[in-house]
Amino acid sequence: MLFLLQDGITNGAIYALLGLALVLVFAVTRVILIPQGEFVTYGALTYASLAAGQMPGTAKLALALGIGAFAFDLFAARKALHGRLILRSILTNIVLPAVVLALTVYYAAEKPPVAVCIALSLVIVAMIGLFLYRIAFQPLAHTSVLVLLIASVGVHLALQGLGLLFFGAEGQRGPAVLSGSFTTGALRFTGQSITVYGITIAFIVGLWLFFGLTLYGKALRATAVNRLGARLVGIRTTLSGQIAFLLASVIGALSGIMIVPITTLYYDSGFLIGLKGFVAAIIGGLVSYPLTAVAALVVGIVEAFSSFYASNFKEVIVFMLLIPVLLLRSLAAPAVEEEKD
Amino acid sequence: MQSRLPILIFAAVMAAIPFVPGMPPFWIVLLDNIGLAALVAMGLVLLTGVGGLTSFGQAAFVGFGAYTTAVLSTTYGMSPWLTLPLSLVVSGLLAVLLGLVTVRLSGHYLPLGTLAWGLGLFYLFSKLEFLGRNDGISAIPPLSIGSFKMLSPGSIYYAIWVAVILSALLTMNLLDSRTGRAIRALRRGHVAAEAFGVHTPRAKMLVFIHAAVLAGLSGWLYAHLQRAVNPTPFGAQAGIEYLFIAVVGGAGYVWGGVLGAALVVVLKEVLQSYLPLILPGSGQVETIVFGIMLVALLQLAPGGVWPWLMSFLPQATGGKKPDTSLKLEQRTRSPGQSSVLLQVEKARKQFGGVVAVNNVSFDVQAREIVALIGPNGAGKSTTFNLITGVLSASSGSISVLGNKVDRAPPQEIVKLGISRTFQHVKLVPDMTVLENVAIGAHLRGHSGPISSMLRLDRTDEAKLLAEAARQIERVGLGEQMHQLAGSLSLGQQRIVEIARALCVDPMLLLLDEPAAGLRHMEKQQLASLLRELRDGGMSVLLVEHDMGFVMNLADRIVVLDFGTKIAEGTPATIKTNPEVIKAYLGVAA
Amino acid sequence: MSALLSVADAHVAYGKVEAVRSVSLEVGQNQIVTIVGANGAGKTTLLSAIIGILPLKGRVSFAGQDLSRLDIEDRVAMGLGLVPEHRELFVTMNVEDNLELGAFRIERSRAKASMERVYTLFPRLKERRKQLAGTLSGGEQQMLAMGRALMGDPKLLMLDEPSLGLAPIIVADIFRIVTELRAAGVSVLLVEQNAQAALKIADQAYVMELGEFVLSGKASDIAANERVAASYLGFQHEAASGL
Repeated sequence: MLFLLQDGITNGAIYALLGLALVLVFAVTRVILIPQGEFVTYGALTYASLAAGQMPGTAKLALALGIGAFAFDLFAARKALHGRLILRSILTNIVLPAVVLALTVYYAAEKPPVAVCIALSLVIVAMIGLFLYRIAFQPLAHTSVLVLLIASVGVHLALQGLGLLFFGAEGQRGPAVLSGSFTTGALRFTGQSITVYGITIAFIVGLWLFFGLTLYGKALRATAVNRLGARLVGIRTTLSGQIAFLLASVIGALSGIMIVPITTLYYDSGFLIGLKGFVAAIIGGLVSYPLTAVAALVVGIVEAFSSFYASNFKEVIVFMLLIPVLLLRSLAAPAVEEEKD
Repeated sequence: MQSRLPILIFAAVMAAIPFVPGMPPFWIVLLDNIGLAALVAMGLVLLTGVGGLTSFGQAAFVGFGAYTTAVLSTTYGMSPWLTLPLSLVVSGLLAVLLGLVTVRLSGHYLPLGTLAWGLGLFYLFSKLEFLGRNDGISAIPPLSIGSFKMLSPGSIYYAIWVAVILSALLTMNLLDSRTGRAIRALRRGHVAAEAFGVHTPRAKMLVFIHAAVLAGLSGWLYAHLQRAVNPTPFGAQAGIEYLFIAVVGGAGYVWGGVLGAALVVVLKEVLQSYLPLILPGSGQVETIVFGIMLVALLQLAPGGVWPWLMSFLPQATGGKKPDTSLKLEQRTRSPGQSSVLLQVEKARKQFGGVVAVNNVSFDVQAREIVALIGPNGAGKSTTFNLITGVLSASSGSISVLGNKVDRAPPQEIVKLGISRTFQHVKLVPDMTVLENVAIGAHLRGHSGPISSMLRLDRTDEAKLLAEAARQIERVGLGEQMHQLAGSLSLGQQRIVEIARALCVDPMLLLLDEPAAGLRHMEKQQLASLLRELRDGGMSVLLVEHDMGFVMNLADRIVVLDFGTKIAEGTPATIKTNPEVIKAYLGVAA
Repeated sequence: MSALLSVADAHVAYGKVEAVRSVSLEVGQNQIVTIVGANGAGKTTLLSAIIGILPLKGRVSFAGQDLSRLDIEDRVAMGLGLVPEHRELFVTMNVEDNLELGAFRIERSRAKASMERVYTLFPRLKERRKQLAGTLSGGEQQMLAMGRALMGDPKLLMLDEPSLGLAPIIVADIFRIVTELRAAGVSVLLVEQNAQAALKIADQAYVMELGEFVLSGKASDIAANERVAASYLGFQHEAASGL
């Protein structure tokens, strides 16, 4: 049973990271990031492909999206084009992904060390996240949460389809970041699970410091609390959105890289993983980070136990369990007049 | 009240389509599918756009409608026409059960709740034995009239589109009625609507059930079109797709649902049929293009394609003026006619450690105008909210005509004859002035949802609107009666709120900063209106900051500071009261 | 003396309505300019358009630079500040954080000095610096909103109805501070319903009705104008004399 608990916590840690990313993105941009699962898949499969000496299609996607983002930038600034803006756009949106693509081509030919695989995968997915925000969501920044949600689903469909195109229908596994294991008493810790705990804690602490102490972190919080107020003190809200998406995609990719040595991942596995992070974020009310983290651990544990005892109805249990939780949260939250949609 | 001519033309065109020579049967199938989707979408646009409730679970209701008729017509040999009411009832009952849980969820939890049970029910469909598990049920009999069996898509086409057009008409009738106004106030005016007797959870349930029944109808038709059902079309994917349709078409517009269905179904079909010809190779390319097109559509028309198209047509202005000779019954006066209308006795309200209202006592007699003044944060609006039931007092008592109302909700307080306006205007911007004001008379009308849909409520409705029109004229906004409330200036909107409050036929009017934002002339008109009301038998309790307005109007003034009453008396005594001057009026005004 | 802020022939649409028509104004250095008018006259719409929230047809320039291609965030960075009607504070963050964010676009070295200045101007804010902005009283929130805007060291501060909903005693405080700002070299464009108080402290005034300027000139002349007295100074005049 202890073994199940440990399993649950390891998975729960990852769900916690994903849940946090979802809450962050929602707070700053009001986007419910359904494609978070695709960031997980892309990170995992890009990493696994590189490690196996194959060329990941995601690197090409990053460049294609970069060109798209550049086009959007030009169109948006069409009445006031100037050199600095064009230069900055070209550098971020075209030069950067092109360089990364070149590096990826080079390294894919020879099986690169794990560290390089991780670095490249993270950068590729980070760029994809950034450009996606620019192309799909930034133009919709003033619409309702519902419209952003539908757009989010559209992006998810497109990315999942592309995932099939890039990686095929077979699953992959990646090399462990830290190998080896050790045992204490009844518990066995693998190097991988240590990595998971370590990175999760590091990230959570890092984010907490970032939001609490740095000016950019506070600016991000401010954008989430009051968008207009943020603009009135000069905070570029598009920048806030981009940073939020960047963080979310890095977290997603990292989660994928941590899972893929333990479990075989397919082009559509990320969705279900992201969904569980989503459940945790919901329980946290899409506002509370600590509650999200705790909820994620609970989800991980419930999942571990129900897959052992009642695997047939695993999904039904997890989803239906959500309802009483939502009810309780709903009663706890005070009745407020809805925001103007 | 709108012209139904465009709908008749549409119906005629749709009826004629199968008879067009050379019509490919494939298009008829497409139109069948559009019709089925349109039914679900119609309910969903109402749910999201008007009710403000986003639901991912509509597909589950379609499933219930479909499975009900599938089981009953195969295993039990029932005639499909008999299973129709049963399919609808099952969907409705399920909606009641799920709705009781779902509508109590607030804000973002609601759509997630629908996602949860939507997924749960889908998995249930695929696990239950008597529903055929993943294989489902087949050999479902077709619909038949006499000996004519609707076996081909072309024959059931009429059943489907009659259902669509009929449902659209019923839904439009519902929205254009007393119940309809309560529903339309759900998204952006429900706090105000509650102050006039509307039960928000009940209204939400109504929309929820309505959408579920429409979805069940779609399911019933689907079962008899395909003549086989399995769980696949009732899962999360379908649920999300219905939501696409509603948003792309135009959330909040009945015909937006139909248009959205047409757009999405045709788009998917085009992609599936033609894309493999242009780009042969690995599948799933349609998904990619579909996803991209979805985002593109949203960026071009974020409010939906229907409203975008409608914006090209000239605006329909004006409307029929209601016959103001029709009289509504007077509000039933509650027993206990004492001259003390309102008695506030040591009312106290605490929020955690902050005492917002500190043992405040005062009363309002018949035929008088009492003003509540005080610095910002003195507790004036909180006191108002205690009296009107928006908040409940921590201790102390509030009585109206001798009846204690401490714990009563706003819907009960208004029945005693107290109506109010709000500090921040709470009108429904997309409804006309007339419709907004008519909400005030909500409790004086009697027609329910069914009679609204069947247009049996016309007499009741005429009387309600007549009353609203009368009050609008009374406050001087007759010209603006058919304008959208959102297009009026803030000052005019405040006056509309007063007209709405007057429709209650109140004995006590509570006005929260009525003069804010009015020009000098308008303030004078307001003052004379209030004097007129007082002389006619009404009492007024108002909160105000404009000292000149108050001093010239009020019979008595109550002064609050930091939640405590510091003075009470006539304007003359208050003006010179040293405590008041120190706390509020300041040394040099 | 060249104008700090110059608006020429501005038209602003609010939804389908043209809320501001053919408006021109100027604010110079060390000046308080006020726009008075009833609610619905278009004053807030005008300010929103100058800062960039709403699109403006016409010419707007600040410190000699054309603003038409700049976003809100960039106009603010140039030294143009707005304290909006609803204040738009970061209600779940404390007073100090709100102020710190006000200095987002200026160098860190100047930010500290800015905060000292703001605390001197509004001692009550210093007392409550760790308090959440959402728990402050109405008057304190107004002060925080002004303080936050001042953190960015603006050359021109636009105030939208600062006295709305506040007790007369606090209104007096705020108007006193506005005159101190002028003395410290910050110009103020003050939009107000409370015409009496505004005209007392302003140098220049414009009267706005139904989207247009119907009168303009020296504040003292406007205050003495018969029509203005009747429309806007009526009740307040009575209240003042009654005390």
